Amino acid sequence: MDKILEIIDLKKHYPGVKAVDGVTFSIEKGTCFGLLGPNGAGKTTSIEIIEGIKKPTSGTILYKGRKPESAFYSSIGIQFQNTELPQFLTVKETLDLFRKFYHHKADLDYLIELCQLDDILKRDNRKISGGQKQRLLLAMALANDPEIIFLDEPTTGLDPQARRHLWEIVQKIKSEKKTVILTTHYMDEAQILSDTVAIMDHGKIIAMDSPQKLLKEYCSMSSIVLRDFYDRDLLTDSEYEVFETEEGVEIQTSDINKCLQYLIERKIDLSGATIRSQNLEDLFLYLTGSQLRS
Amino acid sequence: MFNRIWVLFIARNKEFYRDRSSFLWNIIFPMFIIIGFSFMFSSNDNAQYKAAVFHKYDNKPVMTEIRDQYIGLKSTKFIEFIDYQNLDAALEKLNHHRVDIVIAPETGVYWVNRTSPKSYMAERLLIAAGAGSSDLNGFKKETVNGSEVKYIEWLFPGIIAMNMMFSALFGVGFVVVRYRKNGVLKRFACTPLKPHEFLIAQIISRLFVILSTTIFVFIVISLLFDIKCRGSYLSLLTVFVLGVFSIISMGLVIASRTSSEEFANGIMNLITWPMMFLSEVWFSLEGSNDWILYGTKLFPLTYVVDGMRKIMNDGASLADIKINLIVLAAMSIVFTAVGSLLFNWSKE
Repeated sequence: MDKILEIIDLKKHYPGVKAVDGVTFSIEKGTCFGLLGPNGAGKTTSIEIIEGIKKPTSGTILYKGRKPESAFYSSIGIQFQNTELPQFLTVKETLDLFRKFYHHKADLDYLIELCQLDDILKRDNRKISGGQKQRLLLAMALANDPEIIFLDEPTTGLDPQARRHLWEIVQKIKSEKKTVILTTHYMDEAQILSDTVAIMDHGKIIAMDSPQKLLKEYCSMSSIVLRDFYDRDLLTDSEYEVFETEEGVEIQTSDINKCLQYLIERKIDLSGATIRSQNLEDLFLYLTGSQLRS
Repeated sequence: MFNRIWVLFIARNKEFYRDRSSFLWNIIFPMFIIIGFSFMFSSNDNAQYKAAVFHKYDNKPVMTEIRDQYIGLKSTKFIEFIDYQNLDAALEKLNHHRVDIVIAPETGVYWVNRTSPKSYMAERLLIAAGAGSSDLNGFKKETVNGSEVKYIEWLFPGIIAMNMMFSALFGVGFVVVRYRKNGVLKRFACTPLKPHEFLIAQIISRLFVILSTTIFVFIVISLLFDIKCRGSYLSLLTVFVLGVFSIISMGLVIASRTSSEEFANGIMNLITWPMMFLSEVWFSLEGSNDWILYGTKLFPLTYVVDGMRKIMNDGASLADIKINLIVLAAMSIVFTAVGSLLFNWSKE
């Protein structure tokens, strides 16, 4: 497969903080690469270095096997995590303004249709909803018909419907063989959109593979969640991995029956217990001992 | 490049006229200037001194000499006479510099405030009024020949330039700082847009706004108060446009890095206040300390006001004010270059 981007031992150190601490990965053309991790893991810093906005302390970035030059910077599209839109302009004027900055432009009607902006074209930027704003920012990121699109937490703060809406658009972009680089702290988002997921924590990648393989490898177990149960000492001598979560206590096991048997023997109240199969969030819990969103 | 500057220029103009508060302010403030002018210059007296007249005994005969002297004073121009029935109230005003002299014509007594220069001058006027105007001890009176410059004609270019300074500095500086603060600049940074393209678009958009409002105010006030421009309007426009350029680019230097509106506001106030008072907008600094006179040479506004006055009042040509033009052009180039070099798209 064609490697469109290679990132080798990327580091960004600030006084007292190693924001990015030796990150290496490569991205194949036409795929979606997801960086999953909690806030402060170094996801945004990593992609802003690749975008050329921040300078790395050390490390190498290769675009199609070479150092990125101006051709690279004009062929990428970026959606930042927190940016406001120019005030007092309408949605259409904003999109048109950004399109006109480029020589190579995406078709305006195509962008409007793709990002479903038709109903709000004449609306002032200050009067659109969060979901509409993210769709406009996404359309702006596509204004130059880019080869690679960077999406930094595109659905943070959106309601479930607006998130699903945005995912559909990203799926459409992927189907056009564009390369997408996504950061998120939602495991479901990473799982649905990404072909490869890299899980980041404290500036390092702690696991990387396709979501299916990661789940198969690390998340074949089940989780029993005991709500409002905080007496962890009762379980200290057990053979199971036990985590404290916001809800109470979570026990990871590969044998549900045996584990339940054990809990019953211990006379632990199971009336509020839930059992579910594991997902990437559990993987993160397993790898770092802390929750993704804490 | 020109295409990008053009689309940004158009976008910025749209933002400006849709931002009702800032748009109205830019229209209303010049209106205030016009109204203020009308009040200041509607009557010709333009009083420089205020005399409180204390009447205690109405219709009581006074000595002839005192009456003549008082009538002489009353016929002096630029003194406003205010009647008081209560001596204590009048003296209180004198004490607080609200009036410059208190006169009781019926008794021939007058009071002055020894700490007040204007009080001293008013007293001299009173004494002179008794001496008779012909007694000049050999001095011979001549008036300024040709075209006397009316006070309003001297003041007007200063006011126009001052209004331009505020609009140029704050209008551009704040927009850039706000854009940086909310991340719009960071978004611009990932497009092919270059800092100088962005800055030039901001400069010409503001120049456009300032020129349209100023020309409007200029025409209205010129017609209302019969203000003459003795030089050519094209020369006036040239020095004014150069002035706008230099001051906007000065604002861009201030706004080149910070994302704090408070900080930018502080710095701009720090610059505008001395410029307002030390660029001879309101009063002449003739005969001031040398260091003040050198200091004023650092301000672009000084050269704008001086250049405009020379053209409007003295009919100077562009060649006559070439120093002003060179300095303003140099300041514009230096400030734009420094502003572009220091310019940072994102927050520090």
